[in-house]
Amino acid sequence: MGTHDIVAPEQRRTLSVLVEDVPGVLTKVSGLFARRAFNIHSLAVGPSELPGLSRITVVVDADSKLLEQITKQLNKLINVIKIIELAPENSVQREHLLIKVKADAPTRLQVTQAVELFRAKIVDVSVDSLTVEATGAPDKLNALLEVLEPFGVREIVRSGTLAISRGAKSMTDKALR
Amino acid sequence: MLASKASSSAAGTTVDPRLYGPGRTVAPVEVTGSQSIIRSLEELGVTDVFGIPGGAILPTYDPLMDSDQVNHILVRHEQGAGHAAQGYAMVTGEVGVCIATSGPGATNLVTPMADAHMDSVPMVAITGQVNANVIGTDAFQEADIVGISTPITKHSFLVTDADQIPKVMAEAFHLASTGRPGPVLVDVTKSAQVAKTTFSWPPKIELNGYRPVTRGHSKQIREAAKLIQAASRPVFYIGGGMIKANASEEFHALAETVGAPVVTTLMARGAFPDSHEQNLGMPGMHGTVSAVAALQRSDLLITLGARFDDRVTGQLETFAPDAKVIHADIDPAEISKNRAADVPIVGSLKEIVPELGFAFDALVAKHGRTDISGWWKQLNRFRETYPLGYATPEDGKIAPQQVIEKINQASGPEAVYVAGVGQHQMWSAQFVKYERPRQWLNSGGLGTMGYSVPAAMGAQVGNPDRVVWAIDGDGCFQMTNQELATCAINKIPIKVAVINNSSLGMVRQWQTLFYESRYSNTHLNTSVTAEGGEVVRIPDFVKLAEAYGCVGLRCERPEDIDAVIAEAMAINDRPVVIDFVVSRDSMVWPMVPAGVSNSDIQFAHNLTPQWDEED
Repeated sequence: MGTHDIVAPEQRRTLSVLVEDVPGVLTKVSGLFARRAFNIHSLAVGPSELPGLSRITVVVDADSKLLEQITKQLNKLINVIKIIELAPENSVQREHLLIKVKADAPTRLQVTQAVELFRAKIVDVSVDSLTVEATGAPDKLNALLEVLEPFGVREIVRSGTLAISRGAKSMTDKALR
Repeated sequence: MLASKASSSAAGTTVDPRLYGPGRTVAPVEVTGSQSIIRSLEELGVTDVFGIPGGAILPTYDPLMDSDQVNHILVRHEQGAGHAAQGYAMVTGEVGVCIATSGPGATNLVTPMADAHMDSVPMVAITGQVNANVIGTDAFQEADIVGISTPITKHSFLVTDADQIPKVMAEAFHLASTGRPGPVLVDVTKSAQVAKTTFSWPPKIELNGYRPVTRGHSKQIREAAKLIQAASRPVFYIGGGMIKANASEEFHALAETVGAPVVTTLMARGAFPDSHEQNLGMPGMHGTVSAVAALQRSDLLITLGARFDDRVTGQLETFAPDAKVIHADIDPAEISKNRAADVPIVGSLKEIVPELGFAFDALVAKHGRTDISGWWKQLNRFRETYPLGYATPEDGKIAPQQVIEKINQASGPEAVYVAGVGQHQMWSAQFVKYERPRQWLNSGGLGTMGYSVPAAMGAQVGNPDRVVWAIDGDGCFQMTNQELATCAINKIPIKVAVINNSSLGMVRQWQTLFYESRYSNTHLNTSVTAEGGEVVRIPDFVKLAEAYGCVGLRCERPEDIDAVIAEAMAINDRPVVIDFVVSRDSMVWPMVPAGVSNSDIQFAHNLTPQWDEED
């Protein structure tokens, strides 16, 4: 054959998907990813500013060719109204983290200092543990986790990425013709 | 100001152009949800539906009895209803409709829905669902058919509110029939069927996320025309989309304008006449040497409504290595899915094909034509040296290909030919001459054994004046032949040719070629024992046909083929089944073995064409 396949490195891409808020729509979207073997890194869903429309933020591992195919396949779903890609440089991307850390008398001060350093919040306190809430870009939350790890992590709950474009424009501006 | 106001209010009362059906208006009337379903079918112009009643759809079968317009055909298995709806849709171009109850009724529609999805067949499946208040409780005959069908339908609806029925029905028909056609499921709870509601027509369609593009981008069309004008080895690669778009006539003109060779895929047989000298036949795993060579050696694939299926491309990396690709399709997701397109065009072929012709003409007027006579010379040599053919079986039995050829000779292009899946399907694709679109039906994408008899039944209902042949295998026939009862009772006079090689022939062929003739579980004992020595007929297809109220005939000698076909052709009031006992050693050639380049095609066992001619 003589030709070498040029394999583009897989990249993490963020899509915002505006969907009709009808029963089963999340299944339709997530099912599509599963059956076409598209790899979802994270997924978050919630209502949008327009009644009847929800917004799904999905982070996928895909090169440009795969991303195009994902977008086209998503567009074929009847309940999908619009899809945009949000590049990190012109969007705000945040995750939400709740973490329960061991913190007894000797370590409590160190934990609180780390929490302050990351501008995270302590939202629950018990004799030997603290629950910390943090919001931020994935990198920042990873760094926080790394710092808290040595104290002993009991529980982690982490949301999918939420993303919104920078500037005044809204994704829904032209969505409904 | 006043004028614009008047026109906008007029627009408000005009029937939505997206609405399927004759476009009548019906003032609101009080009805039940079930009546609303039937009234919707009537307003959508439906005249024939296939189905079986059961608990959760019972309410809807009651008003169905009173409909003068909607003729319901009671099938024997829901899968039969689904394939019949497909056959009906394929020959008429209209939406096929099937009805089933909840749970097992609905799950029996899974195969036809998946089949229609793969082959882009417009179909609406209506299923009953358990009462809304028991959904999710594992109620009797409950199945989440919306969930089950999501990956294999274009869209699926769950209706729990009777008021939504006309709107959902109209949306379902719109989705099924437009854009890339496909199956749509409408699952209606029993509680919605029995609820009181109001029926009026037309409903308002709300599909904000569905906007299929029909008009091809004019700049892309000009780019495509440039490539065509400049190509020295162009080939039209035509897929089933050409038939779905009803664009065969337009394509005929384009093909003759350009003068390039044409290949028609399994789903596109009949999109362009086989008798036309530009038609090289079917490409792919069992395609003609000249069609396969045309794609492999081309410098430009003009791909219209095809999807680079693996059965056409073979090993994708070595497929048509020197070709640029124009890819026109109504489904943007098909473009560059398997093979990157140099010029993508999204839209309906009905619009794109003529525009491509105009753009090409304009370029030719300016720059002249590129000489493609050398290309034709090459391809004609392949066509003449490696025509389709078959060997006379050494066991003295009938050659299956000969049966199919003779059926075609007796019935001509106005008949409809419906195959199952396997060797007989490939021979039917190869040895019937296809001259018109919708002459050929088969399960291309999903490869559903058992498609033939029920699909032929649906085709005969859709085309009552045509001769409809189900060309089936002995394996396939045993999967769905219960619909012979439906055909006999409803006077649907299909003709079934069982190409009986007493085995799962295509699997057997692969076992012969790739598994050292170890025939694991492919003997069916429908004409000979596994060893081949003795006659055994389990079942006896002639007796089976007779038991179902059909005429059963058998043919075992080559010299009797014509007479038995003539006998079958003379019967028009009942279905006929002919048991053609054929050689089980006949194989489908040419063949591209799995996993190799199409350039390694064999026109007979271990024989590859000599590609380059020494001058």
